[in-house]
Amino acid sequence: MATSNGPVLLDFWVSPFGQRVRIAMAEKGIEYEYKEEDLFNKSELLLNSNPVHKKVPVLIHDGKTICESLIIMEYVDEVWSGKVKLLPSDSYQRAQARFWADFSSKVYECGTRVWKLKGEKQEAAKKEMIEMLKLFEAELGNKTYFGGDTFGFVDTALIPFTSWFYTYETFGNFSIKEVTPKIGAWAKRCMERESVAKALYEPNKVYEFVCFLKKYYGIE
Amino acid sequence: MEKSSSLKLFGSWASSYTHRVQLALKLKNIKFEYIEEDLSNKSEALLQFNPIYKKVPVLVHDDRPLAESVIILQYVDEVWNERPILPADPYERAVMRFWCHFADDKLGPAVGVVFASSGEVQNAAVDQVHENLALIERELREGYFKGRKFFGGDSIGLLDIVLGCGSYWLAVFEEVMTGVKLVDPEAFPLFHAWLREFEALDEVKETIPAVDKLLEYAKAVRAMLLGHCMGNTGVTDAATPATTAAPATATASVPDITVDSS
Repeated sequence: MATSNGPVLLDFWVSPFGQRVRIAMAEKGIEYEYKEEDLFNKSELLLNSNPVHKKVPVLIHDGKTICESLIIMEYVDEVWSGKVKLLPSDSYQRAQARFWADFSSKVYECGTRVWKLKGEKQEAAKKEMIEMLKLFEAELGNKTYFGGDTFGFVDTALIPFTSWFYTYETFGNFSIKEVTPKIGAWAKRCMERESVAKALYEPNKVYEFVCFLKKYYGIE
Repeated sequence: MEKSSSLKLFGSWASSYTHRVQLALKLKNIKFEYIEEDLSNKSEALLQFNPIYKKVPVLVHDDRPLAESVIILQYVDEVWNERPILPADPYERAVMRFWCHFADDKLGPAVGVVFASSGEVQNAAVDQVHENLALIERELREGYFKGRKFFGGDSIGLLDIVLGCGSYWLAVFEEVMTGVKLVDPEAFPLFHAWLREFEALDEVKETIPAVDKLLEYAKAVRAMLLGHCMGNTGVTDAATPATTAAPATATASVPDITVDSS
């Protein structure tokens, strides 16, 4: 049966990568159909749309599939090139935005090690996490957003991971907020935006989800 | 023409990530100053220009540094738009970016593990490389790149540069590690054919070091890697093959060849 001709987003509710796309679409005012995937029982549509990685998010648009959250964000920014632009227009600033957005993906990988591992490896992951966020703080400086006065590409890329900090702090038994207060302040500002508030879940819900994952994978 | 500006590339002669940038600049006929870095003794300048990763290549344009090869390539393409390397169509750009990311996130690290390990770990990594190549082969055979001479079409583009500069290591590693077959022309005929076309291009021949130099280098590094990692390749966690495969320790020549040097 024919669905709307508009874009379709295959996603998973708590996926920070999916949230990046949701925020990007909302910021740009793009209407789309959201399809929730059961990652424990992936649909034919997902497996056919992203046969290489079998992951969300996937954007389906005009019969084409676009995978990888940052790539989707660039695609969306180029195709819906209206007033709101996620990437800056200056080439050097664009390169810097791509660099930091890319770097932000490492926060999630590091965070996963924080909640999955124990002992030395967990300690190493905690240290890495703090170092990374401090680098982000230095990059943010006194700006309102990473994009300057306007919420942009890097803000979109990084903000979803902030709802995972509580989870990392709890399992890692350390404080992220105290050590990186500027990031905390920036995150609060971002949460005031409707696009962000609607996409992200309460840190407690994320924590519950990770508890469920640990049980599911038998990780203690 | 443009007012005079300065363009410097910090690189390493055996770094495929450096070759990517050199090739792109050559294709676009852009003049630049090349600075060879000794990766075992990195210069202050490099560390200052790329404090986060401390790696090559780094492009410095009018004193403003850029790191990460794929990001550099896109920047170069935007600033100097003659002889474009990215397609104009947004979807095609997304496809190219996807496979570039695949090359650096999956294929490259797997090749790195093959090079840095032996025994069971190496066997598993070789399987991984084959799986990855099979995915690319499928795209060439029946997917998005069907019928194309190069990934970029009739002439090389971003993905050719990214995959091509690095794929020469496949043949070199096969020479160094007898018994390891990475690009079997029978299993991957289209990939193999593309690679031969790529390597036949003048600009590529002028960019990539001679095979005997690469061989000599690879042999030395392999010996050192195995010597330092007897019985433990450091690759126990499948989730992070890339960063642990080439131990940053000894370093002199641990090249970052295929592992994270961009």
